[in-house]
Amino acid sequence: MTTTAPRGTGAVTPGRGSGGPPPRRAAIAARHLRTDRWWLQPLITAVVLLCFVVYSSFRAFQNAYYFAEPYISPFYSPCITTGCEGDTFPEFFTGPSFISPAIYILVIPLGFRGTCYYYRKAYYRSFWLSPPACAVGEPHRRYTGESRPPLLIQNLHRYALYGALIFNVVLTYDAILGFRDETGEWGHMGLGTLVLLVNAALLWLYTLSCHSCRHLVGGRLNHFSRHPLRYRLWTRVSRLNASHARFAWLSLFSVAIADAYVFLLATGTISDLRFF
Amino acid sequence: MSYAGRFRVWRGDVTGGDLEDFTVEVNEGEVVLDVIHRLQATQAGDLAVRWNCKAGKCGSCGAEINGRPRLMCMTRMSTFGEADTVTITPLRTFPVVRDLVTDVSYNYEKAAQIPAFSPRPRDADGNYRMQQVDVERSQEFRKCIECFLCQDTCHVIRDHEGNKAAFAGPRFLIRLAELDMHPLDTTDRRDAAQDEFGLGYCNITKCCSEVCPEGIHLTDNGIIPLKERVVDRRFDPLTWLGSKIGRRPRD
Ligand code: SF4
Ligand code: SF4
Ligand code: FES
Ligand code: FES
Repeated sequence: MTTTAPRGTGAVTPGRGSGGPPPRRAAIAARHLRTDRWWLQPLITAVVLLCFVVYSSFRAFQNAYYFAEPYISPFYSPCITTGCEGDTFPEFFTGPSFISPAIYILVIPLGFRGTCYYYRKAYYRSFWLSPPACAVGEPHRRYTGESRPPLLIQNLHRYALYGALIFNVVLTYDAILGFRDETGEWGHMGLGTLVLLVNAALLWLYTLSCHSCRHLVGGRLNHFSRHPLRYRLWTRVSRLNASHARFAWLSLFSVAIADAYVFLLATGTISDLRFF
Repeated sequence: MSYAGRFRVWRGDVTGGDLEDFTVEVNEGEVVLDVIHRLQATQAGDLAVRWNCKAGKCGSCGAEINGRPRLMCMTRMSTFGEADTVTITPLRTFPVVRDLVTDVSYNYEKAAQIPAFSPRPRDADGNYRMQQVDVERSQEFRKCIECFLCQDTCHVIRDHEGNKAAFAGPRFLIRLAELDMHPLDTTDRRDAAQDEFGLGYCNITKCCSEVCPEGIHLTDNGIIPLKERVVDRRFDPLTWLGSKIGRRPRD
């Protein structure tokens, strides 16, 4: 139970917590005294994220080799301009030819991952070093976290979630189209179909395990007993949520792999392994 | 099996101090607190250390062991090699009293500011009734032993003394979450969480969850759900509209 201690009885004046009086902390000069390799994890995170950013930017601006009948790269789907290769999605408008169709749609997955509670942890630690690891001093003189703009915007994560759910439907649809062959006849399956299916599945797992999703399906309720169905949903999502970080990484890799596979097919470097 | 273990222990008070080297006997099955007690009994009779239960339940023996906030009574010596030097320092975030003892009043001041539990009226027969599923989430946070290791490790105040006024720290953010989720409670603490207790300062980097000796999922089950509740109230135009036209009673 939280109780209140009598004030001002200690040998030292109470830590005021007002920022005013001197902190009176133990004099330890070292920024940290950790002896383990605490820097390894933020370093790996930074390298992997950077590689992904470089690769995905290259592919998004390339504006070519994203369609190999019947597969479309997840970076370019839904492809909504008349400049698109393939015919997987209605073409809504004609954009300037120098703008790759990926640019119009990538804001949604980018916004979703950028405001994701897990990725926030990952990049605050590995890029902003705030903190680089637990009990390791951060380099910044001031810190206000997400309490004011621009970082206040992270609170809109649930809207990015709505967009991502629509995206997942489209990418699932793309994976199902992978059961058609080059001529549009159903009853085909290749390694590409499998790649797209696995990618779609991982994206669903990532999206459904989202913290905002967990809140919206039931977490906001205070009386689960009055909403048995939402309670069951919440329990399921909570179970997935425990692995949210894992799904975040796996789906990141699967998106890149699915894109790379389509790239290799479209450039003719490899040909699709056909199951039937 | 015993061996002569090497230790560096911070000794001093508010006027200054330093790490001192000691060689102390370590026996099989011992924890860091045993060694500190032996050090106190054999070499440094005036070494100040706070402890009570030696069972990881009272929360008084928190210190930083090799730079990581831990309970001394729950840190086995077998986690270190016999040749390792083990460094033990007081919690850095709070004012030091002497040696390994710090003044944790900051935490009690924050605790006292939190709007108290305010249950709805009792049922006609004088009882309170609630369902286990409804209160289960809050119960996870009741495991807290108030060791304040999470408060110590949280970079918001550890690295920025000036934030102490605006930020209550992870232990009290989960206290707010506990009350906000409680089926009997009637107070809405969402605005206070954001404005008075500094929920926005937390950047969910999860160090509090990493150090908690009770294994409480502070971030995933407390702080993030609380952030989402604050979004409902403050940042989501749809839920705001819903609550205005009475479509969304909070239940
Ligand atoms: S998750 Fe938030 S409250 Fe916990 S240690 Fe990190 S910044 Fe502090
Ligand atoms: S939440 Fe965990 S780390 Fe924090 S005071 Fe409670 S028991 Fe200690
Ligand atoms: S997607 Fe990671 S928390 Fe929502
Ligand atoms: S002595 Fe009680 S928790 Fe360690």
